[in-house]
Amino acid sequence: MASLVAILDLKGKPLIQRSYRDDVPPSYIERFLPLILEFEEEETPVTPCFTHQGINYLHIRHSNLYLLALSKGNSNAAEIILFLQRLCSVLIEYFKELEEESIRDNFVIIYELLDEVMDFGYPQTTESKILQEYITQESHKLDAVTAPPAVTNAVSWRSDGIRYRKNEVFLDVVESVNLLVNASGNVIRSEILGAVKMKCYLSGMPELRLGLNDKVMFESTGRASRGKAIEMEDVKFHQCVRLSRFENDRTISFIPPDGEFELMSYRLSTPVKPLIWVEASVENHRGTRVEYMVKVKAQFKRRSNANNVEIYVPVPDDADTPKFRAATGTAQYVPDKSAFVWKIKQLGGSREFLMRAQFGLPSVRNTEEVERRAPISVKFEIPYFTVSGIQVRYLKIVEKSGYQALPWVRYITQHGDDYSLRTVVEKGSAPGNVPI
Amino acid sequence: MNGISRAAPKKGENYELRADLNSEYREKRKDAIKRVIANMTVGKDVSGLFPDVLKNMQTEDLEQKKLVYLYLMNYAKTQPELVILAVNTFVKDSDDVNPLIRALSIRTMGCLRAEKIIDYLSPPLQKALVDEHPYVRKTAALCVAKLYDLKPELAIENGFVETLKELVGDANPMVVANAVTALMDIHLASQALLESGSEVPEEVTKVEWHITSTILAKLLVALNECSEWGRVAILTQLARYKAVDEKESEHICERVVPQLQHANGSVVLSAVKVIMIHMKHISAARGDLEKLLIRKMAPPLVTLVSSAPEVQWVALRNINLLLQKRDDLLQNEMRVFFCKYNDPPYVKVEKLEIMIRLAGENNVDTLLSELREYASEVDVDFVRKSIKAIGQCAIKIESSAERCVGVLMDLINTRVSYVVQEAVVVMKDIFRKYPSTYEGVIPVLCSNLEELDEPEAKASLIWIIGEYAEKIDNAEELLGIFVDSFSEDAYLVQLQTLTAVVKLFLKRPDRSQPTLQRVLDLATKCDSPDVRDRAYIYWRLLSTDSGAARAVVMSHRPPISLPRTTVSPAVLEELIGEIGSLASVYHKPAETFVGKGRMGADSMRKNIVDQDEEASRKAAIQKVAAGQQAENLLDFDDAPAVEGVAPTGIAAAVANTPGVSKVLTSSNPLDDLVSIFGAGGTGNGFGGGGGGSGLGGLASPVGGNGGLGGLDMFGSTPVAAAPTTTQAPNPPPSASQQEDLLGLF
Repeated sequence: MASLVAILDLKGKPLIQRSYRDDVPPSYIERFLPLILEFEEEETPVTPCFTHQGINYLHIRHSNLYLLALSKGNSNAAEIILFLQRLCSVLIEYFKELEEESIRDNFVIIYELLDEVMDFGYPQTTESKILQEYITQESHKLDAVTAPPAVTNAVSWRSDGIRYRKNEVFLDVVESVNLLVNASGNVIRSEILGAVKMKCYLSGMPELRLGLNDKVMFESTGRASRGKAIEMEDVKFHQCVRLSRFENDRTISFIPPDGEFELMSYRLSTPVKPLIWVEASVENHRGTRVEYMVKVKAQFKRRSNANNVEIYVPVPDDADTPKFRAATGTAQYVPDKSAFVWKIKQLGGSREFLMRAQFGLPSVRNTEEVERRAPISVKFEIPYFTVSGIQVRYLKIVEKSGYQALPWVRYITQHGDDYSLRTVVEKGSAPGNVPI
Repeated sequence: MNGISRAAPKKGENYELRADLNSEYREKRKDAIKRVIANMTVGKDVSGLFPDVLKNMQTEDLEQKKLVYLYLMNYAKTQPELVILAVNTFVKDSDDVNPLIRALSIRTMGCLRAEKIIDYLSPPLQKALVDEHPYVRKTAALCVAKLYDLKPELAIENGFVETLKELVGDANPMVVANAVTALMDIHLASQALLESGSEVPEEVTKVEWHITSTILAKLLVALNECSEWGRVAILTQLARYKAVDEKESEHICERVVPQLQHANGSVVLSAVKVIMIHMKHISAARGDLEKLLIRKMAPPLVTLVSSAPEVQWVALRNINLLLQKRDDLLQNEMRVFFCKYNDPPYVKVEKLEIMIRLAGENNVDTLLSELREYASEVDVDFVRKSIKAIGQCAIKIESSAERCVGVLMDLINTRVSYVVQEAVVVMKDIFRKYPSTYEGVIPVLCSNLEELDEPEAKASLIWIIGEYAEKIDNAEELLGIFVDSFSEDAYLVQLQTLTAVVKLFLKRPDRSQPTLQRVLDLATKCDSPDVRDRAYIYWRLLSTDSGAARAVVMSHRPPISLPRTTVSPAVLEELIGEIGSLASVYHKPAETFVGKGRMGADSMRKNIVDQDEEASRKAAIQKVAAGQQAENLLDFDDAPAVEGVAPTGIAAAVANTPGVSKVLTSSNPLDDLVSIFGAGGTGNGFGGGGGGSGLGGLASPVGGNGGLGGLDMFGSTPVAAAPTTTQAPNPPPSASQQEDLLGLF
């Protein structure tokens, strides 16, 4: 439980706060930033939770803001941190962007939300779709709004009486690939984070059942699988999915929220071949200039295409006067990331391209300084393709009025938040000069 | 503040606001309220406008009503006599046709925290608890906890707590969740009242809330239908429940397993907690079920590692604990914990620790190449910790030691100052673990002598030179350099120089006599009593009986190893039972950081922990206290040589430092060495703690043999009267255990 929740700017000044219990005076908010600075001075990493003089400070960062919760007892840290995260996303859904200005402009509604999402320090409703039904930006008359039954219903994520002329469901299967390639070109870590996102435009209270080519289900039902079945290592569901049903017979059955939501996410740690392979060789000319040769290779079937490929190659912080020559796409220097980026609008499967870059280096250099060794990172999207081979086999929609609804399915594979290759090789030194 | 509350000024912002609040136009009044709230938000005092704001409470406009309520919550405490004026509206609102308004008035009244209004709260609350709308009931449930917090006798007299117990059987899962949450809140508050020793009527504290089998069944049903936070609340209760038999434990585990699939990480961690608690009681015959449960928990835990960094960190801290309890939990998942280039530092540090826990012969090669990569990053702290991790690998996995040494040599060759220094410190540990194995690297280490400027690195190198003096041709020369700078060095380095020269003398008496004489002269004139005492003792030993000196200085040292746990078994058990809580995130029992406030969280634990566990826990706390005292002793002691070494040593060994506010393991570079010591005692029940109090004894040399206390500092004395010898078969090993910790320094 949290005694107090506050949103602070980077200087530690509270923009808005709400006390839920009386045991922690609001004055403690002001102590938060000095404590953070103290840790930084001592060069100890600032952790999301710490305790000082009997008060616990739990916080998350969002752009230029701190979302802070204070508590006195041995609170559930996981719950509070996740609550702050949820609060953050609720506010983002309300105001598009969450920043100092949007808080100042909307303090009235934020107070209303703070009153609703937590009571006496215990999280209550953080489902922004439901909140939006009775906490709106327009002022309203008393009798106009009433508590949506969904706030307390077993189906707390969907309201009654939704109507659409055309009943449609859009399914997006998005797979994000995270991987790490070491200097000798071996994949040392890879994972696929998949998500099934839905856009639901359905009337009434529809019952949905989603069928995937899930290996465990095929096995448990004893059905011979046609084609490939995949083994998901961990599946996470939106709270609308009946978990015990899934546990029993792997059926994904649910009453969906209205509109957009993420139905499920899953993870696979089966080894993945790097879909986009990049390597760079660097030649350092006696500290006056540095040359890069970058090779990119699309390692997937010819019939697929990768779109919006961006390859970030790290360069020294003080590099200047960039010159680029690319066989395809465009290259650009991004000094604030200490890198240059090579952008390719569309990269066909099995294609391979080269680019060269040259930078000047200042003649006076601090030789003591340790060279940053950032990896190459890559962004991309490959439509109509999933690395794991996951497929939607069916989506059954049943509503008591008996309407027909159309499901649409799209697949896409993209980069995860960590698709890195440590394949920047200094010319002259062998790749993987690690003696082990 | 300003004088507004005393006399109304004729001009200024508040004057204008007052005028607008009393305006005849509705829009103008509402706008004024908004401005009042805006002022309140930025911290201006608008309490003087209390009566004027209050007038606007009766309104059809929901937003305006909420704003006035908000204002009331903020200033009710400062204007208690005026709050009475609001009562009428509140009571009226609690009868509104709209459930939103009914709930709002109940919720707000509970937050006013003004004694005067509390008496008026009872009748509306009575009604709200049995309201037809679940939204009102769930709000009312928490309101009972608020009332108990403010005026416990009122909550009892009116039978609210009893009504709350009935609500546990409510048809609506959200009401159930809030009812159990409120009951537990009240339960904790009553325990705190009891402990505070203040005069409270007996019936007030008789509100203990225990879960019976019937309630259990209701909770298990509600669990599947609840919102995410409701699930956390119910799982928290399930964790408190004591199953009547093995079958029931199994049943709970089976029912909770599906929750591991929930998208909300705190639901997942709460489910893990419940399973870990109840899994203990599953009958031995159901080993298959236990295996299955362990297998089911692993993937969700791994998935938490890909959440937002803050959540990830909370998860990692908990995973670290879980692995100390069950090392089979994430057996093949080490790669998941590889650091990402952009991970925040606090995440990287945690991942390093977990990787070492998961390291084994099958994956050590990958781990080493990864650690080597980290050692070339720019974050100095992280680089140091990565190098330290390489040393831990070597100590944990004997077959990898040679490769680890290879990597360390590579790193030393980079000549980056802090890399070299850390690597030297790590090498010393490796020499401790595998004596006389890697002597070939000594020349390389010695060639970096000039680079070392950190006391710990210097001390480590000196120790190595002293230890292998007979094999280093120019040992006198090297030690001579340190003797030359003796008076400028840190005490830590001085102690090592002194011991190393004595070792050298014992090994090669012919050539090193002048150096010895010089160092003894210097050391006996040193400011630090530790250095002085040690020098005198050596001097006397050497002048009376060099055989005894040899036995003391060069006695056999027990091997070191990595601790399997960072906390004592009893504390670990307690923390596992609280997975997800702050205690488990800090890796410290709640008592060490929870203030003696109204909400003493320790109260509820007493009921959970079995009696003997309880006893050992108390012992642990006593020992913590002892450690703390020792810490103070050391702080006041004018023996700076141990300052910063021994205190943190105790801290790390006992794994909880009440005075230290930071959660991460101390940044003291001696940590690993110190924790190694902790392992010396594991298996003896309370090994770590015992060692800690042993150190307490050390800090204040025992009884008549103060000189021997000093001896302990460099250990190895066969006659040391060790303060704690309970777990040691005979005194010498115990003395050398301490030497493990401090002997080097």
